[in-house]
Amino acid sequence: MDPKTLQTNLLELIRRSSTDMPPDIEVAIRAGYRREEKGTPAKSVFKSMLDSIELSRRKSIALCQDTGSLVWNIYYPDGSEILPVTKAIENAIAEATDKTWLRPNAVDIVTGKNSGNNLGAGSPILHFHPWKKKNWEFSMMNKGGGCENCGIQYKLPDSRLGAGRDLDGVYKCVLDAVFQAQGKGCAPGIPCVGIGGNRDSGMECAKNQIYRKLDDINPDQILAKLEKKLYQDCNKLGIGPMGYGGKTTVLGVKIGTLHRLPACYFVSIAYMCWSDRRGNMTISGNKVTYSN
Amino acid sequence: MIKINLPTDEETIRALHIGDEVLLTGTIVTARDTAHKYMVTEKPNDLAPLLKDSVIYHCGPIVSHEGGKWSMVCAGPTTSIREEPFEAEVIKMYGVRGVIGKGGMGPKTLAACKEFGAVYFHTAGGCAASLAQTMEEVLDVKKLEFGTPEAFWVVRVKDFPCLVTMDSHGQSLHDMVEKKSRAVLEELIKS
Repeated sequence: MDPKTLQTNLLELIRRSSTDMPPDIEVAIRAGYRREEKGTPAKSVFKSMLDSIELSRRKSIALCQDTGSLVWNIYYPDGSEILPVTKAIENAIAEATDKTWLRPNAVDIVTGKNSGNNLGAGSPILHFHPWKKKNWEFSMMNKGGGCENCGIQYKLPDSRLGAGRDLDGVYKCVLDAVFQAQGKGCAPGIPCVGIGGNRDSGMECAKNQIYRKLDDINPDQILAKLEKKLYQDCNKLGIGPMGYGGKTTVLGVKIGTLHRLPACYFVSIAYMCWSDRRGNMTISGNKVTYSN
Repeated sequence: MIKINLPTDEETIRALHIGDEVLLTGTIVTARDTAHKYMVTEKPNDLAPLLKDSVIYHCGPIVSHEGGKWSMVCAGPTTSIREEPFEAEVIKMYGVRGVIGKGGMGPKTLAACKEFGAVYFHTAGGCAASLAQTMEEVLDVKKLEFGTPEAFWVVRVKDFPCLVTMDSHGQSLHDMVEKKSRAVLEELIKS
């Protein structure tokens, strides 16, 4: 791949991810609008969301000023050179920051200085995965800081919640996490759950659920049932959009699993805000396809 | 819909109650984490006249700088609870009449709203593109060295939409929603 062309394509991917709401999320926001009672702050804020989505799309303005940490998963034909790709991603990110599609979001812990271009230690977050296919696939998300602060990791058993080391215990953790988030993570959110693994792989598994479409169905029937039950019960909490009170507290619940250590039972929850921004780009020969 | 011009006064603010929808017009100042610590610890003089009887906005905007002029591109609220350690002191020190943000704030801020006559204006998180359209002009920027998200942006707004969720009478919509949702949670998770 020509690095210059790749950089241009990556810039377009970032623009789409930051400014164009994925269709499945927009459908869910529209459903939330219809669901809420007339004359309530909940209904009115859903209207504001739909208006802002439309404006962002039309004018290529970032959907949210917090364009988040940029988490990438890159699938590449086994044996390909990846260092030039890393460089192209970094260049595209700096350029997107310059074009105001991204806010400068990388702050040095010791000096407090903002790097100004989203590049820094651990920024962006890149995961490369070799595969046997001939095409490249780039998936990215804009994971905002407000909802990131609502992320939480439980280790079971949890006596406060009466949560044991089983799926019923997981159920209690997810409800508790959504309750604790209230409106602070820009409800209605999407609690993305990783069960098992260790401290870091569990949270990564949770984060990877953010890439799933809201209307997909978990291939594991037991987890599919749990996702559905949690979706219904989280919405009974009455927290509503922005925490104003209402019928729509979550847009969906997504659960992934990893094998665990015998001693550990982690429930890692990445709370994604309603502005669930993600983008995808496939490069197959000269053909570039975008979706989100 | 209630229209309020800034700077305002105690009487106007005391007349507000939770659930009131408000449009703000006038000059506001953005301030978030670094800025709040700075206001309380460094007590800068130049901010006082801007903040007196006006409103702070918890916001770290995306800005553009073209032809020597700043403008707001995208400017929604950030989560306010992080400023809970400082906000009561800021309201007291600077005579701020309101704070705009999202997610609500805690008991210290609520008590300060009651004592000094201020409110919490909630605005829609994630509606940053729309909100920036109400921000007509960047009048000044202070402490740009904090970085663009953390600097104080002095902005003229017109009909900036918000909802009063904490008033000067000790009421908080966030407390009410939390209390109700806690009861549901406890019912759902009791084994």
